[in-house]
Amino acid sequence: MSLLKVTDLVVSYGGIEALKGISFEVEQGQIVTLIGANGAGKSTTLRTISGLVKGREGRIYFEGRDITDYGTQKIVETGIAMVPEGRRVFANLTVLENLRIGAYLRKDRDVIEEDIQYVYELFPRLKERSWQLAGTLSGGEQQMLAVGRAMMTRPKLIMMDEPSLGLAPLVVKDIFRIIQTLKDTGMTVLLIEQNANAALHACDYAYVMETGRITMSGTGEELLSSEAIQEAYLGKSSKK
Amino acid sequence: MKKNQKLIISLLAVAALFFLAWLVEQTQGTQSMAVTVLQKGAVYALIAVSMNLLNGFTGLFSLGQAGFMLVGAYTYAVLTIPMAKRAAVYQYYNGGWVQFTIGFLPALLLAGAAAALFAALIGMPVLRLKGDYLAIATLGFAEIIRAIVQWDGIGPLTNGSNLLKTYPTLKNIMPGNTVLFTFLAVGICIGLILLLINSTYGRAFKAIRDDEVAAEAMGINLFHHKQMAFVISSFFAGIGGALLAMYQGSLQANSFKSSMTYEILLIVVIGGLGSVSGSVMASFLFIAASEWWMRFLDSEMLIGNFKVPLLAPGFRMVVFSVVIMVVVLFFRKGIMGDRELWEIGARRGAKGGRKKA
Repeated sequence: MSLLKVTDLVVSYGGIEALKGISFEVEQGQIVTLIGANGAGKSTTLRTISGLVKGREGRIYFEGRDITDYGTQKIVETGIAMVPEGRRVFANLTVLENLRIGAYLRKDRDVIEEDIQYVYELFPRLKERSWQLAGTLSGGEQQMLAVGRAMMTRPKLIMMDEPSLGLAPLVVKDIFRIIQTLKDTGMTVLLIEQNANAALHACDYAYVMETGRITMSGTGEELLSSEAIQEAYLGKSSKK
Repeated sequence: MKKNQKLIISLLAVAALFFLAWLVEQTQGTQSMAVTVLQKGAVYALIAVSMNLLNGFTGLFSLGQAGFMLVGAYTYAVLTIPMAKRAAVYQYYNGGWVQFTIGFLPALLLAGAAAALFAALIGMPVLRLKGDYLAIATLGFAEIIRAIVQWDGIGPLTNGSNLLKTYPTLKNIMPGNTVLFTFLAVGICIGLILLLINSTYGRAFKAIRDDEVAAEAMGINLFHHKQMAFVISSFFAGIGGALLAMYQGSLQANSFKSSMTYEILLIVVIGGLGSVSGSVMASFLFIAASEWWMRFLDSEMLIGNFKVPLLAPGFRMVVFSVVIMVVVLFFRKGIMGDRELWEIGARRGAKGGRKKA
């Protein structure tokens, strides 16, 4: 049984359909990525799964349970955490306060302290900056913090919305190293990226979205070697 | 260890402050200007902090403070007017509907509760609005409350647009210790607000202020928390209103105009959005300046035979407005920014002893 299963999801804003019936699955312990151009519906997919937007049709299953009608709060509690696009750390709170906000719904105080130490172990840079305001961190550090904050909810699935957006190439490398680290700790990651090349290299399985539909899917290697993908997303021309 | 030390030091500082305030009243006498400033400044400090909880910490731009103060003040006055005096106060309404009297302490709490109840009721529709729209809606609410209180139909309850008086005031409850009483009441309330701000809930409020979407993604129920901040802020505004009534000695709905809300907003901005200590300091500064230090501008002044131009009744307010414009233009972060007095210097040094959040 897959960890997350989405079937025939339709979402519309006003009269416009952003998602026109998409289905996909995320297996436990894998990195799964959705790639596609601007406006393909990638972010809408994430927002619908996390309950910020409600779908018109279709169901979402998490660990076999139907979570389509859950509110955001309950979805976070079931174990889905989101790292929002543009990082969105709480700029006027300290790094430590940001992490504590991540644990907001949890009641297990002792374990929370352990988890903070665990996040600090993963990202020693955050520990150094524990008392600094999150707004003063660099872009890469903010992304680490956004991931750390999401981990504080003790999720089974982390969804990341364009984590490499607006970051320097070297920092992007760091980000993908972080994603790999997450996978190594047994976390399942659903990743949305415009940086198709990096995403396809990092992922176990990938779906390609175009204007509200899923048009292709396959393992990272399969898609990397597909000519259609190379032409559309990787900037390699098939004509010689 | 360090945390305990800090706590003891701050408690000692507060105690010293209270002692000084008490000393002022003992040496200057209750009628002095200094005592007036201390009384009114403390009351305004509480109201400013309650507004800051909403505007500075939760990021909800609300302008309903005068309305909630009005509810609190009227609840207090109506419930505490002595039985023997009711016939005289409610002379146009046959002694009024309320035919009992309660002590001033329970009345103070009920004043807060009444304001909180109103906040809970209007919060449900109004808190779905954002930014300017919320400000307009709350401002409108405050005006409506004022109009309703003055309405003749409920005159037997509120005495219409006539004065409410002869309820227990600072001077007759605590003769000679008015300042200490005000400081204690306000101190307890602000202490409670500080505890709230430093709790998990306070952190959630600040998260909502910084980024609503991210806060929601972390599982924080936006509406629930906004409602909570709104109700708690109004509770303390209600108590503040009741204390203001005690300070004034008589009460009329007409004085709770929106200009009162702006005065408080001004204090909050001058003190720094998101700083409790800033609000408190700005409040005493504001009251001292407007009630005392700038009074001389209102009276004619002669230097030898030369009459200083412009000095005439009302000129004080002109100067005051200029000062405010200067503050808003050049010191936009206020006295404290979003820091607290006890944090200065601590946040820069990464390992500093900033109050544990």
